Amino acid sequence: MSLRIVVCVKYVPDATGDRHFAEDLTLDRDDVDGLLSELDEYAVEQALQIADEADDAEITVLTVGPEDAKDALRKALSMGADKAVHVEDDDLHGTDALGTSLVLARAVEKTGYDLVICGMASTDGTMGVLPAILAERLGVPQVTLLSEVSVEDGTVKGRRDGDTATEHLEAALPAVVSVTDQSGEARYPSFKGIMAAKKKPVTSWDLSDLDIEAEEVGLEGAWTKVDGAEERPARTAGTIVKDEGEGGKQLAAFLAERKFV
Amino acid sequence: MAEVLVYVDHVDGAVRKPTLELLTLARRIGEPVAVALGAGAADTAATAAEYGAVRVLTADAPEFADYLVVPKVDALQAAYQAVNPAAVLFPSSAEGKEIAARLAVRIGSGIITDAVDLEQGDEGPVATQSVFAAAYTTKSRITKGTPVITVKPNSAAPEAAPAAGAAEALEVSFSEQATGTKVVSRAARESTGRPDLTEAAIVVSGGRGVGGAENFPVVEALADSLGAAVGASRAAVDAGWYPHTNQVGQTGKTVSPQLYIAAGISGAIQHRAGMQTSKTIVAVNKDAEAPIFDLVDYGVVGDLFEVVPQLTEEVKTRKG
Ligand SMILES: Cc1cc2nc3c(=O)[nH]c(=O)nc-3n(C[C@H](O)[C@H](O)[C@H](O)COP(=O)(O)OP(=O)(O)OC[C@H]3O[C@@H](n4cnc5c(N)ncnc54)[C@H](O)[C@@H]3O)c2cc1C
Ligand SMILES: Nc1ncnc2c1ncn2[C@@H]1O[C@H](COP(=O)(O)O)[C@@H](O)[C@H]1O
Repeated sequence: MSLRIVVCVKYVPDATGDRHFAEDLTLDRDDVDGLLSELDEYAVEQALQIADEADDAEITVLTVGPEDAKDALRKALSMGADKAVHVEDDDLHGTDALGTSLVLARAVEKTGYDLVICGMASTDGTMGVLPAILAERLGVPQVTLLSEVSVEDGTVKGRRDGDTATEHLEAALPAVVSVTDQSGEARYPSFKGIMAAKKKPVTSWDLSDLDIEAEEVGLEGAWTKVDGAEERPARTAGTIVKDEGEGGKQLAAFLAERKFV
Repeated sequence: MAEVLVYVDHVDGAVRKPTLELLTLARRIGEPVAVALGAGAADTAATAAEYGAVRVLTADAPEFADYLVVPKVDALQAAYQAVNPAAVLFPSSAEGKEIAARLAVRIGSGIITDAVDLEQGDEGPVATQSVFAAAYTTKSRITKGTPVITVKPNSAAPEAAPAAGAAEALEVSFSEQATGTKVVSRAARESTGRPDLTEAAIVVSGGRGVGGAENFPVVEALADSLGAAVGASRAAVDAGWYPHTNQVGQTGKTVSPQLYIAAGISGAIQHRAGMQTSKTIVAVNKDAEAPIFDLVDYGVVGDLFEVVPQLTEEVKTRKG
């Protein structure tokens, strides 16, 4: 039987661009280019490697996001995923992590899955909680923050390098996995991959396709509220000296002045 | 006064510093009730009490160590039901965030992660967060259910405030999911003897400019002269020169020390995300155009192999 893998990928504003807030204190997506979150490329890569090892596997990439989020799906398809699902609805504007996880959970269930693979965190929200929430909502094991992952005989195994220990983890499928940026460089799409991606199917769903009411998501349905956002004051210009042989001593004098030595 | 649940991060009963900060912040919202799980849980009570815990709920069972996260979620849910708190606070560790998130779903509450400050507002706790690689500071609150908030290390100075804090056994029944993810083996990381990166008052980091694993002792020597922790950029980690646990930045640790010294680091946005909120920033880089210089209080344009050893010697001399 075929191994059904769903990879959750997010379309995010480029971190090297000038990210800021819109008037309603949601992310302003107008002025910054978007792209497939680099941390989700690692998830796509691990899905491709797991599929390679399996007798028969099918990879679906899934995103919840605006119209432009299709770019993220195309990129994942050009890397080698088989098909894509795009959940898009005007009522999704301003949805928070709990709302997004509800939409993802329903979409994953509707797609059908044995293994869900996520990135370790989104590069814009950087919460890193969605995979755990998704596992909770789906009622399946979470095997998260893996720097190494493999699937064999219906079992997913992985290594988690934590703050205080390295753990080897194991769970029976179906399961939700997340992988870190230590899991191995993601491949670049080949020209052939880019051409092939144009013909791969992209299914679009809206909230009604997933039996979700508008009130359950979006800014109104959010469980958290941002009351204010302030730009961090620019750091006042510091002293910069060129080393003419005394740079280390000058630095030491500065540290002494600030009472660090 | 309302009670606030505080999840205790401990290693065999030794409470880690971020939990003391959490207990300190919790007192702004209500009376802290600590929850400690696993081996040594009851041993945390004295410390938790010293920092203001009015009660310490403890539970130990093999499940906490043998299976990932869910047994602890079950325990926190039991504590939530027993206490009916005004808020539930966790340290922003990988585990803390995952427990918090799953608890939030179960109790139908909103969640805020990675707060760097917490105060009591008219409509409940208000969390300060640092977003977009610390370019913005936001204030947020939770509008549904009992606020579940995770707080970053170094968000407050721990202040002792002795309270009764007796250990009480917490009754936990494990859910069906509790044994879903087995921890097959666990190897504790060896301590380097240096301060913990996220807790250190001073951090000295090396980047690609350090040029190789064999040169990192230059960075370590400076760190040791200052009693500092050692950090590294992702370029240095990816090259295999320093362990990933020492990586500073978006996909590594966020540090906010009194002093951050960057040697041979360019200052890419993803690195800045992890160190931008440091109080004083110093850099040594041979490229005068490196973006790290936009952040510094003091910068030296020069070769780190000249500047850093000289600095180390001078620090040692001054310290005597
Ligand atoms: C999704 C994502 C997540 C990321 N997460 C992180 C993260 O968590 N942390 C992180 O650090 N990066 C992260 N990065 C990578 C980041 O974009 C940069 O590539 C990285 O920070 C560069 O490291 P560096 O400054 O050491 O190297 P470089 O950018 O190559 O800079 C090296 C610097 O050393 C200087 N130099 C060289 N020799 C000397 C010498 N002898 N003396 C003095 N100076 C010298 C050079 O002038 C240069 O400025 C991430 C990237 C992505 C896409
Ligand atoms: N809108 C989204 N669409 C698809 N996947 C998402 C979305 N948001 C988050 N994810 C997935 O969840 C992971 C963690 O996200 P977060 O908890 O937001 O940091 C990401 O790396 C993605 O795999």
